Amino acid sequence: MSKQSILTALRRGLKRGPLPADQAAMLHGRLAQHPRHLIPARSRLPHPEQVDLFVRNVEKEFGSVTRVEDMDAVPGAVADYLAAQNLPGSFIMAPHPELQAIPWSARPLLDVREGRAQASDAVSVQHGFAGIAETGTLMLPSAPERPVTLNLLADTEVVVLRASTIVGAYEEAWDKLRAEVGAMPRNVMLITGPSRSADIEQTLELGAHGPRRLHIVLVEG
Amino acid sequence: MHIATSPAFKENAHAALANAGLQKALARSGPSFIARRASAVANLPEFEQLRDTARDIKNHALANLDFYLEAYEAKVLETGGKVHWCADAEEAREAVLSICQAAGARTVTKGKSMIGEEIAINDHLEKHGITPVETDLGEYIIQLRHELPSHIIAPAFHLNMEDWEEAFRKAHTDLPVDRQFNERRDVLIEARNKLRSKFLAADVGITGANFLVAETGSSIIVTNEGNGDLTQTLPRVHIVLASIEKCVPTLEDATSLLRVLARSATGQDFSVYTTFSTGARRPGDLDGPEEYHVILIDNGRSAMMGTEFQEMLRCIRCAACMNHCPVYGAVGGHAYGWVYPGPMGSVLTPGLIGVEKAGHLPNASTFCGKCESVCPVRIPLPKLMRHWREREFERHLTPAAVRANLALWGFFARRPSLYRLATRAAAFGMGLLGRKKGRFKSMPGASGWTDGRDLPAPEGDTFFARYAKAQRAGQVS
Repeated sequence: MSKQSILTALRRGLKRGPLPADQAAMLHGRLAQHPRHLIPARSRLPHPEQVDLFVRNVEKEFGSVTRVEDMDAVPGAVADYLAAQNLPGSFIMAPHPELQAIPWSARPLLDVREGRAQASDAVSVQHGFAGIAETGTLMLPSAPERPVTLNLLADTEVVVLRASTIVGAYEEAWDKLRAEVGAMPRNVMLITGPSRSADIEQTLELGAHGPRRLHIVLVEG
Repeated sequence: MHIATSPAFKENAHAALANAGLQKALARSGPSFIARRASAVANLPEFEQLRDTARDIKNHALANLDFYLEAYEAKVLETGGKVHWCADAEEAREAVLSICQAAGARTVTKGKSMIGEEIAINDHLEKHGITPVETDLGEYIIQLRHELPSHIIAPAFHLNMEDWEEAFRKAHTDLPVDRQFNERRDVLIEARNKLRSKFLAADVGITGANFLVAETGSSIIVTNEGNGDLTQTLPRVHIVLASIEKCVPTLEDATSLLRVLARSATGQDFSVYTTFSTGARRPGDLDGPEEYHVILIDNGRSAMMGTEFQEMLRCIRCAACMNHCPVYGAVGGHAYGWVYPGPMGSVLTPGLIGVEKAGHLPNASTFCGKCESVCPVRIPLPKLMRHWREREFERHLTPAAVRANLALWGFFARRPSLYRLATRAAAFGMGLLGRKKGRFKSMPGASGWTDGRDLPAPEGDTFFARYAKAQRAGQVS
């Protein structure tokens, strides 16, 4: 392995040996404190306005949002959205306790399965961890109850997100993740709108390899 | 291996100017990149300050890179991943191959990776019976056409709809020959369907990394298509290719860099998928790779440390410099002859493959300074190109005629009064000769200029002479 030779070459270029203990301790401190840098003012708003900014940014990036009063209203919102898109009412859902607690049986025509997504799944329903108002971005950390494939394989991804989890800037979402989850999850996706590509003649087309549609059911209560 | 055609830049550029398809693509796409970045920047009042922040973060990371790389490695190990330190392209290719062989891999899906191009990993895998499949739409057609990308974030920048149709008809022979390609959407859907089965069948997924995070041991990829995520999520093994300068300290540092990356690149506020991968599948996880390997590649970076080119290691590969470059805009990416085109390539390529091969590139600049003015990490690209020109001159790689002319110019430039006399005589003479038409259609020794356009005739005197005259007349102080 070339580890030593690479480190030696770097130090030769930097004209020093390994960092002295005090400087190394300072850098360890910087890693532990992870100081924030300049954060754009645009998301520094009262919470209701942050929620509005989040919604505006999601829509700007070709996502869509339905706002509902409480978790009980989610099955209706999902069923209506799927019907409006001419999609079947069958989907694969994240095995998350908050989603499991939703009264899906209120809409008997919905066929709800739990687990990770397979290539054959047309629609997935994911649990949102946080929304970032700054750019209308969802934060979806992986966990047994929040599989990554739900964000990727289905043609249509529906994310159930509590409005109370919306923050202003990315930095606030990282702190929320550190506080509620602790160690860095295996995978953290920051998702801003549905999949797209501009590789053909530099012209935007939606629906490249990931979901063609990203719909957020925003739960106020 | 990619044989660099950088030594033939002049011939490449001539061919590019005569390539109608390329010129059509450049005329269409160049202005839109510029407009999109401008609008993203206009929507973020703090953008200029954020560029300073981005520069400072990268400078801090580079000044302590040995420390941060070791901290990063420790975190990767802690989260169940492995780090393979590789001094050069050959070591990196071997490391990737042995992981693929150990996994019994037959096919490998790939996310877009410029370091992957740099080490020519696809050729190496193919040579050993493993099929690499590029999954980024632009990279996919580049692979079908056996080309290099012509742009670092838009690999198929040089292609038009007719090229897509031709390549797809040739490659996808199992599909009906009478199918229509009426719009871009038809191309996209065909690629999506074709690649879906590849994603599912692959044994190993290889991605690049926009950043590595020492705090958490994470690798970050930034994509719009979702292909990189399918590549790193579905196969049993995930391999990350990353050069050593990608390492930054914390999530906050990476976040600040991400704020300027997409805006500078595609003009988006944020890319669709910005994904942080940390180690292998955790207990209870229903998906994700069982093995996570990082190939940490030096390949010439450490040799730039401590030199005047260290600043180039700040580069976050956004492509703003080439999007705004008049030379790139005229000849496209392939003329540069290797993996990295445009201003960033003109600085990086001589460092990686040698100034004797790539000496033309830092000369292929008008020094208009646009590249530096849009660089999100404020790399002084014109200054760095000038350093390469100096090195080229010092090593006597500059052609004899250029050296002779520079020497002649230098003789006069060091003698101001003689210089003024000579330029005044030349301006007067040319003014007399060209008075009638006001321009020259041809000029001995200047055909490079006059072949393409007329040379305006001087009006009879130099600026200095006219200024002195005006001073004497009391018109200026």
